[in-house]
Amino acid sequence: MDPFRPYLAAFAARFQLTLQYRTAAIAGFGTQCWWGVIKIMVLAAFFAGSPGRQPISLEHVVTYTWLGQAFLIFLPWNGDPDVAEMVRSGAVAYDRLRPIDTHGWWYARALAWTTARVAPRAALMFAFAALVLPLVGLGRWSLRPPADLPAAALFALSIAGVALLSASIVVLINVIIVATLDDRGANLLVAPFSNLLSGSIVPLALFPDWLRPALRLQPFAGLVDTPFRIYFGDMAGWQALGGIGLQLGWAVLLAGLGRWWVGRVMDRLQVQGG
Amino acid sequence: MAPQIVVDGLTKSYRVAERDAGVAGAVRGLFRRRYRTVEALRSVSFTLEAGELLGFIGPNGAGKSTTIKILSGILRPTSGRVMIDGLVPYEDRIAHVGRIGVVFGQRTQLWWDLPVVEGFDLLRDIYRVDPARYRRTRDELVALLGLEKLLGQPVRQLSLGQRMRAEIAAALLHEPRLLFLDEPTIGLDAPAKLAVRQFVGRLNRERGVTVLLTTHDMHDIEALAQRVIVIGNGVVLADTPFERLRAEGLADLGPEVDPERETMAIEEVVARFYAHHGAAEI
Repeated sequence: MDPFRPYLAAFAARFQLTLQYRTAAIAGFGTQCWWGVIKIMVLAAFFAGSPGRQPISLEHVVTYTWLGQAFLIFLPWNGDPDVAEMVRSGAVAYDRLRPIDTHGWWYARALAWTTARVAPRAALMFAFAALVLPLVGLGRWSLRPPADLPAAALFALSIAGVALLSASIVVLINVIIVATLDDRGANLLVAPFSNLLSGSIVPLALFPDWLRPALRLQPFAGLVDTPFRIYFGDMAGWQALGGIGLQLGWAVLLAGLGRWWVGRVMDRLQVQGG
Repeated sequence: MAPQIVVDGLTKSYRVAERDAGVAGAVRGLFRRRYRTVEALRSVSFTLEAGELLGFIGPNGAGKSTTIKILSGILRPTSGRVMIDGLVPYEDRIAHVGRIGVVFGQRTQLWWDLPVVEGFDLLRDIYRVDPARYRRTRDELVALLGLEKLLGQPVRQLSLGQRMRAEIAAALLHEPRLLFLDEPTIGLDAPAKLAVRQFVGRLNRERGVTVLLTTHDMHDIEALAQRVIVIGNGVVLADTPFERLRAEGLADLGPEVDPERETMAIEEVVARFYAHHGAAEI
């Protein structure tokens, strides 16, 4: 394990640090519940108001929304705030004093940063939407269980894929931040893509037929659309494995792009000065 | 045996974007960028033998930090050659930085939110230090630098003096044979400065660690360095034993310097030296 020691250590340290922010987790959970309710109300009104048959049932849309809220933090909206802070303070170059691969280092930290925030929020959201809501008589609006046992297992696998893909994208945003020396531009640019193209705001199933195949091939689909369709059993067996393969393929490809780009940006810093 | 560090004809120039003052200048800058070339280093050459303790002094903006950054591998010189223990720092970065220790007095390299001891553990894994060996080195450093009570505190809660001692320990956990200290005593109170000086002196004498130290505090130099390099306007102005710099400077000041002014004198000597070479900023 020696080659991975620095990166595992970075992951563990950042995971523990991030997990300490309990207030943020509870506040985030509250906000995500609130937004979940609003989204469900809007989608319910949309379903009630349109006479034709919809591509997915209201029941699925409700579950889809709660799942989306549970795993919302996986959506890459920002680069790593630590990296943004280093850019402001001019300390990026000092990461280069360590005998490690900068991309791997950032990747491990990004992975820890997202997963440590998702874990408590997702646990709370499942407890609320799957257990509390039925108990208080709102079963119609609750989070339903996955289609079957294989679907649940594949879903878990696919969530791991989401984590890896999300970290790849976060590191790419980091590189843009370092290259442009400002975090606002990159963060502003990526959020709409993440939100819309992942299927987080509107499920990709509700997009027009001609657009859907292309939407499902692009990387952001792997963040929401793929795992959630696996959850419903909409993608099963080989098809589900293919979906997970696509997620991982994008994760590897984007990480490779990030790695190449970090190298270039760092070479430039080495020339221009930190 | 070849010197541990060979620096030969180092130059470094930056391109800085410039614009005229005011709104009109800003608008003009949108269409046509003007660049000014800043020459941070014009020609720096020196060698350093293993086990030496070299003081690197010079006025602000002289090129000290740029030199240290090149030697530690995070900057690439515009021209010239550096060889440290058989490696070119900016070309074999990972191999090189694994063998050196660096402390920047104005920066924190420890993670701000982590307790000191966890920051040390993280460095153990970053440098892939054998755990048993790490424990021995860490306990030794903790005892020598008096860090026992600080280990459980997050770095952000430390005072500057405490933090600097922790930073120095952090730079030595992987037992480097070469240590770069860039203004390690900046902003420290007298006891903290003394602690840092004593420790660095011992490290050099007893362990034979080669030290390259930059500072504006001439007492650091006086207490530690056998040899000083004075750098100004990007060139080496003097490379001499410290005693000689001082003796020549005192002679220049004339006979009116009485021994009571001795402590004042060293600052004065250096200030005169900078001014004499047109290197001072003011």
